[in-house]
Amino acid sequence: MRALTNGWVLTQRELLHWVRQPWAPIFNLAFIVLLLIMFGVLLGGAIQIPGGEGDYLGFLLPGMFTLAMMFGLEGTMTAMANDSRRGITDRFRSLPIGSTAVAFGRIGADMITSAAELAVLLGGGLLLGWRIGGSAAGALVAVVLLLWLRFALLWFGVFLGLTLRGDGAQTAVSVLVWPVGFLSNIFVAPETMPGWLAAIANWNPLSATAAATRQLFGTPTGISGGPLAENALIMAVVWPLVITVVFLLLSAHAYRRLRR
Amino acid sequence: MATNHSLEAHGLRKRYGSTQALDGFELSVRAGSVHGVLGPNGAGKSTAVKGLTTLIDLDGGQAVVAGHDVARHPARVRRSIGLVGQNPAVDEVITGAENLIMFGRLYGLDRRAAVARSAELLEQFDLTEAGGRPVSTYSGGMRRQLDIAAGLILTPAVLFLDEPTTGLDPRARNEVWTQVREIAAQGTTVLLTTQYLDEADQLASMISVMNHGRVVANDTPEALKRQLGGDRVVITLFRPEQLAPVAAALERSTGRAPELDAEARTITVEAGGAGAAVLADCVRALDATGTEAEDVVLRRPTLDEVFLSLTDREVAR
Repeated sequence: MRALTNGWVLTQRELLHWVRQPWAPIFNLAFIVLLLIMFGVLLGGAIQIPGGEGDYLGFLLPGMFTLAMMFGLEGTMTAMANDSRRGITDRFRSLPIGSTAVAFGRIGADMITSAAELAVLLGGGLLLGWRIGGSAAGALVAVVLLLWLRFALLWFGVFLGLTLRGDGAQTAVSVLVWPVGFLSNIFVAPETMPGWLAAIANWNPLSATAAATRQLFGTPTGISGGPLAENALIMAVVWPLVITVVFLLLSAHAYRRLRR
Repeated sequence: MATNHSLEAHGLRKRYGSTQALDGFELSVRAGSVHGVLGPNGAGKSTAVKGLTTLIDLDGGQAVVAGHDVARHPARVRRSIGLVGQNPAVDEVITGAENLIMFGRLYGLDRRAAVARSAELLEQFDLTEAGGRPVSTYSGGMRRQLDIAAGLILTPAVLFLDEPTTGLDPRARNEVWTQVREIAAQGTTVLLTTQYLDEADQLASMISVMNHGRVVANDTPEALKRQLGGDRVVITLFRPEQLAPVAAALERSTGRAPELDAEARTITVEAGGAGAAVLADCVRALDATGTEAEDVVLRRPTLDEVFLSLTDREVAR
């Protein structure tokens, strides 16, 4: 109970950051919108989606939501690394609060931020003429799956923030998210890729979430075969679960290592 | 363990790779005192503070802070201490008041109590006006004041200040010193690490000089200075030919053999612990010979000299 109260105090601190420096989340959103325009409008006309003739925007939007969830991990990493560098992590560790409170604070702040981002992107998509073809319940499950992916990548971000030292390492991460994003079904259907690339793209955890949310939103999936044809939903649950378990354990280990 | 001590550490050891950061560190701090831990960079001061504040696991030894064993009851220790680390660990984006309220709540105060305590501390640290501004607009001195205030939320039994004035200008440093004296006057024991000798001399009633992970001397500032030898009277004359006759007169009047330095035109009389009396003798001797001196000073050994002799360091700069 105390851990939750303390976690909420720490969450409020992070939310105050957004209030005082709103340009950071606004820039994040603007960047996603820019990508959406670039791919959806500029390049979209030249991109063919198998089975989804002419509806590239419908295909792209759930992918963009997925991408936004992945970009969130950079925010998590940066916030963790800054606190560590400024000695704030050490101060928290000298207070009569547990590490769970610090984790709750991080989860609260990042999940609220990402949920807000997702709401803005969904609204923006609807304004652009995107129509949800599936049921409302399906759309709700899709949103939950997107946030479930964000939760998993939060732990990846916590781990990176605790272990990476120096600005160079953080820059490397912000560059490396790109190939991971492109090597998925976020922008194009893997069926249009060479076989070996398609295999990588299909097994990318981002692809599972993108494919599952496309199904649930009732938009073109671009899938006619491969591992995601029947199991996208299950994989969109299992992949984040695996990532969460692995990086939660690694993060706990890294946090304990601060005591060395 | 003696109850009049707020902090006792015996044989603390901590190794980082090939560096023995703490190598049998011993410390005993009287309740309500300001205790200085003085040492060059890399002496192990910060490692000692981290060990005593439960931030790191020690390889060996025993430490009791505010009556609680650091290894066995870290949570109890954390409730009784405040830690002010080397860099101001306050949030830059939010305001000073919001920082203090956040830390107050993390220390277990409810919102109303945290707000009240924040206002009190801002007042005490002369930050009431700045309290509503983001910390990013604060000067280095103000940040440090806020940082120290955040360590005092629950009026801790022991406050750890790790190099609190490093990087501050002289005025800001003076303000921090004033606060430290105030904190000690209110009954909080202060453990202060510093590489500035005048800081330890100004604030601490006891000083532990640290080098290579252990305490190499532990005494009052006065006693440490005395260890190096006593006072000296240094007389500077206008003309070198005055040296010999004046020295003879000084030897008759003080009973001590003076040292002459022809080039600097100085005569030095070792005075042991009787600086004032020997100084008076010297002035009388100068009067009796009708000599006008350019300068007469009583010199006490400085902590710098003590420090350098204890830590075997060259006067490099």
